[in-house]
Amino acid sequence: MRIMIGKIGEWFDHRLQLAAPIREAAEHPVPRNTASWFYVFGSAALTVFLLQLVTGILLALIYVPSAGEAWSSLQALNHQVALGWFIRAMHGWGSNFMVAIVLIHMVQVFLFGAHKFPRELTWVIGVFLLLMTLGMAFSGQVLRFDQDAYWGLGIGASIASRVPIIGPFVVKLMLGGPIIAGSTLSRFFALHVFVIPGLLIAFVGLHLLMVLKLGINEWPMPGRIVKRATYEREYHALTRQEGAPFVPYAIWKDLFFAGFIILAIAACAYYFGPFGPTGQPDPTIIQTAPKPDYFFLWLYALLSLLPPSMETPFLLIGPAVAILALILLPFLSGEGEKSWKRRPIAVLTVLLIAIILGTFTRLAQFAPWSPQMNAWSGDPVPDRFVHGTTALERQGALVFQVKQCRNCHSLVETGGKRGPSLDAVAVRLTQDQLIRQVIQGGGNMPAYGNNLSPAETTAIVAFLETLHPAGQAPAHDASREIVLRDSSQKAPGTQQ
Amino acid sequence: MSTNPVLAPSSDATVSRRGFLMKLGILFNGFAAMVLAVPVVGFLFSSVTRGRASGYLAWVPLGSVSDFPEGETRLATFRNPYVMPTDGKTVDTACWVRHIAGDHFQVFAINCAHLGCPVRWFQQSGLFMCPCHGGAYYRDGSRASGPPERGLFEYPHKVENGLVTIQAGELPTPGAAIASLTGGKPPCAS
Repeated sequence: MRIMIGKIGEWFDHRLQLAAPIREAAEHPVPRNTASWFYVFGSAALTVFLLQLVTGILLALIYVPSAGEAWSSLQALNHQVALGWFIRAMHGWGSNFMVAIVLIHMVQVFLFGAHKFPRELTWVIGVFLLLMTLGMAFSGQVLRFDQDAYWGLGIGASIASRVPIIGPFVVKLMLGGPIIAGSTLSRFFALHVFVIPGLLIAFVGLHLLMVLKLGINEWPMPGRIVKRATYEREYHALTRQEGAPFVPYAIWKDLFFAGFIILAIAACAYYFGPFGPTGQPDPTIIQTAPKPDYFFLWLYALLSLLPPSMETPFLLIGPAVAILALILLPFLSGEGEKSWKRRPIAVLTVLLIAIILGTFTRLAQFAPWSPQMNAWSGDPVPDRFVHGTTALERQGALVFQVKQCRNCHSLVETGGKRGPSLDAVAVRLTQDQLIRQVIQGGGNMPAYGNNLSPAETTAIVAFLETLHPAGQAPAHDASREIVLRDSSQKAPGTQQ
Repeated sequence: MSTNPVLAPSSDATVSRRGFLMKLGILFNGFAAMVLAVPVVGFLFSSVTRGRASGYLAWVPLGSVSDFPEGETRLATFRNPYVMPTDGKTVDTACWVRHIAGDHFQVFAINCAHLGCPVRWFQQSGLFMCPCHGGAYYRDGSRASGPPERGLFEYPHKVENGLVTIQAGELPTPGAAIASLTGGKPPCAS
């Protein structure tokens, strides 16, 4: 039997002549210390990419890229087709894992100095691979054609429209028409299924080819300086003289980690299930609060927290600068120390970016800048704020709720977080300041002067004046009593 | 087809017949590519060029004047004038109609002027609020607070034969034509 298989193999290889180059690639010598658990993320990204290809093709068997039917075909996948929910969940979780692993891989190669001579181009192609991965993530979110996808496209169009001069044309090119509709979905389908994957396959091939031709980055030793003149000779010594064949010396760790990642994705898919789809992509249903998937949450937070005047320049210039910096990096620091132990600025940069992205992502999960649309009708006024109050103050509490103040201002942690909590507002603002703030707004609060009658203003301010902790006196204007006394002497009968 | 088995390239100085024919062949393919590029580019950019030529905009009726009580702001929906067969529900669009008095109206796009999320009207406080980044607008569409740099987008409108009609057809975005048509409003107007 074995002889038979061997003969068939020989027959094929006589014609294909692939066995020798494959064996050569598999057994190429690698520096011994690269057989490390730190070196498994590249192959893990490739594994997840292959998994995405397979699950993506499976989804395409059922999915219909039509604005009228995409949502229902996703529902069919979730509920009607056997295990459709699992394949969707695998693809969705695979996407999350892929973004995460690609980022980890990037951080690892950066900290290990792998972007330095002679691997500059490998890094640059890696940057393009990262951008394509993010492009796949965004376009994939669009194909999940639900409310979030629809309004997410609107956000994308609004950003694109801000490009000077050609903005409106870019929007129509992106949407495939004047509005978000059938052509929009079709073109994102073409991008997600044909264009970007095709480019990804080509670039992944190049990326891998270069890793084979130039050799995997050796474990960086502090003090071992990269110089263009000597590096290749030194690396040659590490591989040809002291190295070990990639298969099986190093590959077993890649294999174990790849298997672990596939099982981890499957476990997440099984326990957490597929992502959405949320509500139907019907633009007349406006009771929605769209949010992007996790890898763009930081951007969602940033767009809320940037000062309005800085937003457009930041959106248009920021990404270009970031991409340019990543591309230029290996050319600006192509030599020198590789070890992270001797590159404090590199380590600090990574930490800083990680902390910034992490903080914004965390913030976006709470979205304290979004009004709570149902707080005014849904959240009760806590007992202690109405207990033992006068009729006027109770009326004020009513006005406070009815005028939707609660949508942006919380009482005892319930309600919106857009504006400050009002639990102790009377300690911060005097009566005059409260009236001014309510009527004129300011500090990012709308003016309510046109929407409150004088009686309502009096009532709501009376209520707000009761909002102070027990034992802490409300703020008051020390000069006011004197002014009032003087003016009441001049014009008796004037109310305060 | 030549049967001459000459494989060695000719020297650099002389122009061989085959070398010349190869260059001519490349040139010929370049010409073919250029001819093909015209329809390909035309097709790729059709969504842009159509908007510039005949335009996507058209007058669309929203309902009779009596559907919109005076002094109130109501949600209206309309079907986008430019429709493709696969559009499904996405061509149904919502907008806010404010009937000020008589034939005096304001019609606002549903899209926040910040990033296009759907704004909601709150009658009691007289505010439009956006669920995404907290933009707020007064009842006349002017900016009240939050990240938007301008007021809500307004559709050009007219009242004809008792019908409220708007000129619509494009997604209003901060850079789009509709924005330049109507322009922003001073932030304190109410």
